[in-house]
Amino acid sequence: MDWEVVIGLEVHAQLNTTTKIFCGCPTAFGAEPNLHTCPVCLAMPGALPVLNGAAVDKAIALGLAIGAELNRHSIFARKNYFYPDLPKGYQISQYELPVVGKGALTVQLPDGGEKVVGVTRAHLEEDAGKSLHEAFIGQSGIDLNRAGTPLLEIVSEPDMRSSVEAVAYLKKLHTLVRYLDICDGNMQEGSFRCDANVSLRRPGAPYGTRAEIKNLNSFRFLEKAIEYEIVRQRDILESGGRIVQETRLYDANRDETRSMRGKEEANDYRYFPDPDLLPLVLDESRIERVRETLPELPDARRMRFMRQYALPAYDAGVLTAGRTLADYYEQVAVGVDGKLAANWVMGDLLGALNKAGVELEDCPVSAGKLRLLVQRIEDQTISGKIAKDIFDELFHRGGEVDAIIDSRGLRQITDVAAIAAMVDAIVTAHPQQAADFRAGKDKLLGFFVGQVMKASQGKANPDQVNAILLEHLQKG
Amino acid sequence: MELHEFSLRELRQGLRNRDFSSVELTTVLLKRISALNPALNAFVTVTESDALAAAATADARRAAGEDGPLLGIPMAHKDIFCTAGVRTTCGSRMLEHFVAPYNATVVERLTAEGMVMLGKLNMDEFAMGSSNETSYFGPVRNPWHTGMVPGGSSGGSAAAVAAGLVPVATGTDTGGSIRQPAALCGITGIKPTYGRVSRYGMIAFASSLDQGGPMARNAEDCALLLNVMAAHDPRDSTSHPAAASDFLRGLERPLQGLRVGVPEEFFGVGLDPEVAATVQAGIAELARQGAAVQSIRLPNNPHAVSTYYVLAPAEASSNLARFDGVRYTHRAPNPADLTELYQQSRYEGFGAEVRRRILVGTYVLSAGYYDAYYRKAQQVRSLIREDFRRAFAEVDVIVGPTTPTPAFPLGAKNADPVAMYLADIYTIAVNLAGIPALSVPCGFTAAGLPVGMQLMGDYFADDLLLNVAHRYQQETQWHRAHPSVHAREA
Repeated sequence: MDWEVVIGLEVHAQLNTTTKIFCGCPTAFGAEPNLHTCPVCLAMPGALPVLNGAAVDKAIALGLAIGAELNRHSIFARKNYFYPDLPKGYQISQYELPVVGKGALTVQLPDGGEKVVGVTRAHLEEDAGKSLHEAFIGQSGIDLNRAGTPLLEIVSEPDMRSSVEAVAYLKKLHTLVRYLDICDGNMQEGSFRCDANVSLRRPGAPYGTRAEIKNLNSFRFLEKAIEYEIVRQRDILESGGRIVQETRLYDANRDETRSMRGKEEANDYRYFPDPDLLPLVLDESRIERVRETLPELPDARRMRFMRQYALPAYDAGVLTAGRTLADYYEQVAVGVDGKLAANWVMGDLLGALNKAGVELEDCPVSAGKLRLLVQRIEDQTISGKIAKDIFDELFHRGGEVDAIIDSRGLRQITDVAAIAAMVDAIVTAHPQQAADFRAGKDKLLGFFVGQVMKASQGKANPDQVNAILLEHLQKG
Repeated sequence: MELHEFSLRELRQGLRNRDFSSVELTTVLLKRISALNPALNAFVTVTESDALAAAATADARRAAGEDGPLLGIPMAHKDIFCTAGVRTTCGSRMLEHFVAPYNATVVERLTAEGMVMLGKLNMDEFAMGSSNETSYFGPVRNPWHTGMVPGGSSGGSAAAVAAGLVPVATGTDTGGSIRQPAALCGITGIKPTYGRVSRYGMIAFASSLDQGGPMARNAEDCALLLNVMAAHDPRDSTSHPAAASDFLRGLERPLQGLRVGVPEEFFGVGLDPEVAATVQAGIAELARQGAAVQSIRLPNNPHAVSTYYVLAPAEASSNLARFDGVRYTHRAPNPADLTELYQQSRYEGFGAEVRRRILVGTYVLSAGYYDAYYRKAQQVRSLIREDFRRAFAEVDVIVGPTTPTPAFPLGAKNADPVAMYLADIYTIAVNLAGIPALSVPCGFTAAGLPVGMQLMGDYFADDLLLNVAHRYQQETQWHRAHPSVHAREA
């Protein structure tokens, strides 16, 4: 009998506020250790937290985007444990009453299907600092720059049934937080990371005992960690063993998960309401104010792309996966064929960016230039093939579309007389091939087209070349 | 009358008239501190040169035309308020060498008014105690009888004000820590409504109960200090937007028609008969001035101490977690590993009473006990609040004893924590409710120990309490009595 895998994800999205959640220190990444600290985030005696309203608004935005209940009254709680990079000896989080309640996310699967994944809750909390173990012999360094950075922990229901679904959910959430501009989504820097709860059961049976895999910071690691965990748990269960509820860490180098600590060693966090912070009260006007600032969300935009630009579902999905890419595409697609624009953005543009390791934000070819290039194909000033050369030049050396066309003489030849002259010369120069063609070797047409295009340095209009050649050869 | 017995109003008049300068006044008090502090141990740190410099600055400001009510007047802070550049110990070995790089809001505000800080005052360790015996820096002695405790936790503040080392001081009150030592030392102290005085930079014991306030020799001086201390502070989320007020404005209102409630529960078993009689005489004086006195009930008051000793340790166990040996605290030498660093640093840095409360607090928040202790205590807290709400529908002020007994001998209750906890039996409910309360001297026992009368008011009725205390002090002389303290013989 088969096993069914049950997966729930806890995602930590670092909110992209300019200052920390309970003090005015900057959240910028990469500063000298402990530069971005103050008495509050260093937990000096007598220092008190003051909630950053911008973090609350970003939590509200997520809640609205997933159609969640927004708790009008939520509570900050202290999660107590000792660790050197947790300066207060407790983390301020939300426990019994989170700001965002039940919601749902519709996820597109690679096979074209869709799945609705429940979101249990999302709550605000502060990040801890970092312990630095390198460069200190027998000691550890503590960097508290990250301490107090706002996080939104988004907890899903155990609704996913494969690593594919889990990855699709995580990708969708990743897209959403960037659309909402609440998180930069940088997984390498840890701005968007997830813990996966994985268990196996016989279909229809109650949930099995789960293992929690911590700190997965890429889609691929999530997939591989789940796949490893499925095999590990299946082997245990099928050999008559029992799964231990525990926290595990994924080791990407060895492609395996390892036990961090068992439940018996689990901390009792002694949560209780933080008496330094008043209950967080959301009034309707605040929620409405956030609602008004919400951008068009990915699902709505994907549907609109299919309708407005006549794009296939796949293209619309790719182009709306990121807000910046979708914005770029929409600027290219003004007044040109939507599918042609999509081909250019998804093919040449993304390929070039990928190859060069450049982000779209830093793309040397503006959307306006790419649109003009597409227009020049459509108005037959250049051929698609020439356009690829021009794009390459724009990307690597810069310049303007029309100036490159003119200075390099790339304007397409559409003059019938000029093309006919070239055709005549080529046919005359290859009498044997012309005779063979007339004798029935149709494939030789391609040879002649190639010769004419070569003679025109690629500038002759291929459709016209085809037509004139046929006419010329058949005339004999 | 000597300079060290002057009220704030008299000191201001003297400074205005150029009878003396702030430097002269400061010098007199510094000399008095150096003579008497060895006997009292009220100061943990004396900041002599900083004080003289601040006094000179105040004199210059006065010469330039300024005339603020507190300009150039010496004071001292309970060593729980962080002071930039001057160590803040909180009465603990844990913070013996801690120097904050910032001022508490209270310190900042009083300093801006031109007050001259003479130093930092002794206290029970992390404000946990009712006798000032838990201080790492040794017990404070009661100026009225140096074999007696001054009360706690603001014992250094009470003793310093009573002995004329400073005219006014700051204190903090989590379960009675301003009122109880004020009563035992014969001075006036008010615990304001929760949210009146910023807690920023005031080292937390139990955040939902802690409140800073003034300790002085009369109600008017308390009002003068509270006028500056009470203010909305955006750095403290629990600071009330309407915290500020003018507490002098209503000070002179006559008591005619004032409705005074006397809770039956405050005159039951455990109350010293001398204290009872003295407080009854104080209530009679209020009636003589036209107040209508009636008996009331606060039925849940008997649960206040046990409720408090769940909630306060719970919050403390978390608040004190930051003192972990990693950053600015005491650190045990050569720990074998991280666990030992924590355990040894905290074992060495905290005294027995603090450790006891951390253990209790950790226990009541633990999985499986939270509902039985912490949650239940919060429910009782609501009932206590409700008691007061009902009472204040009928009366304007509730009056009773501040403490069940006068000052007791040093060491008398050290072996029995519960006996010590009961010293706060009448003060704790006020903190649980968050209402304001004040202790005013109302007489002496036959042995010559001061007795305090407690006035409790509804939320934001701090001005009414000061008004009642002030009118009382217009017709009584108890607050004018001064102990004769002698320098300890070498």
